[in-house]
Amino acid sequence: MSLLNPLIQGVLLGGLYALYAAGLSLIFGVMRLVNLAHGDFIVLAAYLMLACVTALALPAWVALLIAMPFMFALGWALQRLILNRTLKNDLLVPLLVTFGLSIIIQNGLLLAFSADSRRLTVGELEIASWTFGDISIGVVPLITFIVAVLVILGLTFLFYRTRLGRILRATADSTEIVQIMGIDPRHVFAIAMGLSFVVIAVAAFFMGVRANFDPAAGPSRLLYAFEAVVIGGLGSFWGTLIGGTILGVAQTVGAAINPEWQQLAGHVVFLAVILARPRGLLARA
Amino acid sequence: MSLLTTHGLEVFYGDFQALFGVDVAVEEGETVAIIGANGAGKSSFMNALSGLAPTRRDAILLAGEAVGGTPAYDMVKLGIALVPEGRRLFPSLTVEENLLMGSSGRTVERGWTLPVVYDFFPVLRERRRQLAPTLSGGQQQLVAIGRALMANPRILLCDEISLGLSPAMVQTVYQALAAIKARGTTILIVEQDLRAALAAADRIYCFMEGRVSLAGRPAELSRDAIQAAYFGTAR
Repeated sequence: MSLLNPLIQGVLLGGLYALYAAGLSLIFGVMRLVNLAHGDFIVLAAYLMLACVTALALPAWVALLIAMPFMFALGWALQRLILNRTLKNDLLVPLLVTFGLSIIIQNGLLLAFSADSRRLTVGELEIASWTFGDISIGVVPLITFIVAVLVILGLTFLFYRTRLGRILRATADSTEIVQIMGIDPRHVFAIAMGLSFVVIAVAAFFMGVRANFDPAAGPSRLLYAFEAVVIGGLGSFWGTLIGGTILGVAQTVGAAINPEWQQLAGHVVFLAVILARPRGLLARA
Repeated sequence: MSLLTTHGLEVFYGDFQALFGVDVAVEEGETVAIIGANGAGKSSFMNALSGLAPTRRDAILLAGEAVGGTPAYDMVKLGIALVPEGRRLFPSLTVEENLLMGSSGRTVERGWTLPVVYDFFPVLRERRRQLAPTLSGGQQQLVAIGRALMANPRILLCDEISLGLSPAMVQTVYQALAAIKARGTTILIVEQDLRAALAAADRIYCFMEGRVSLAGRPAELSRDAIQAAYFGTAR
């Protein structure tokens, strides 16, 4: 049996996982906050786009363009109004608060949209693919992977080539010292969360186009994001792509060997990386 | 009118009181040194001035305006810039990025710009692409001073800038301070190195246990008086 096809599918799936992970990694890198509601916000954004599509009869990609600034504003407000109050010296408080948000979002979505599985449709593109021998590359998975690379390139450019990026990195180094530089870290954190939520919107779009989602889909998205971040190395954007790809390949290769092994193989590889390199493959200092 | 004055400045950390009614005045263009032993309250004084420790509004006057308790990120915009104890550079930023962070709060490009700071500290221009922690301690101190200057401060606060530096480097740093003063910037230093402080300062204040124990011009103060004010014992 050829492993080439599952390998390629796994790499492409890794693009989606990298999109899940990039926003999580950004937040952890800037403010050492683990957003346990990250996956639920992805699902929330997907429903938001679904609502745009169904209520306003818009194409899904237009819904994405609407969702991106909206999600930025939501992330910004969430940080300013709630999460900034939780960031003292205790790691437990933000964990509990985001865990609570996760429950609120799941139940809110259940109330608003029922437990039915839904998906975003992009017409014939969904089933389009290129076939080379026994290898078939889907157009949507390929676009997902390319967008993931572009998102990570964009974030890397933003962080290492712009004034805002310099301020974000400095704030990650010391929230006290940026203050004597004339910067209010609460404002920087809010911008970081807004950026994370824009990435969430992009991730939600591709999640919704590639597969079904329902109100309870958030925690498993968080788990994949978390595993990708840890495999790749905390706080490294390229690490999320590598981590996502490794996770995706592990799942598809595992599934190719035995369909029941898809999830298991991903978790086993995650554990193996933790044992061998606890700080991840591309850990930032 | 003095550029900077404190009136009955008190600083608390929870229940612990670090300063008990400190009165200090700094004139425009002066270099003033705060000396004192460990725990005398020198750093608390600097933290209050830079906005990192809360105080009463009227306890700190900048050019006659009450500014005590202003958040640190606004205090630097008012013209009070701090070179913190231990340098506290951003370790994941390059030398140039560290310097540019200093100008984050200002809107106009004048005074201490990047080229001016590089002309002032040529060694930093050579190393501008290096990460800050790869520099020697003395060079890092120059970055910390340059970073504070980038805010175009009316008054430059320097907290223990000779700490951990070689005697030659201490001399370099203090020569730089003299040159900064010559350009008209007012300087307030906190210093444990008595000799460096007495040589650099127009006037000194000695702190002991959160209070001013002595004040005056270095030339007018006797060794014994300084020692008594510093250690709390007359010989």
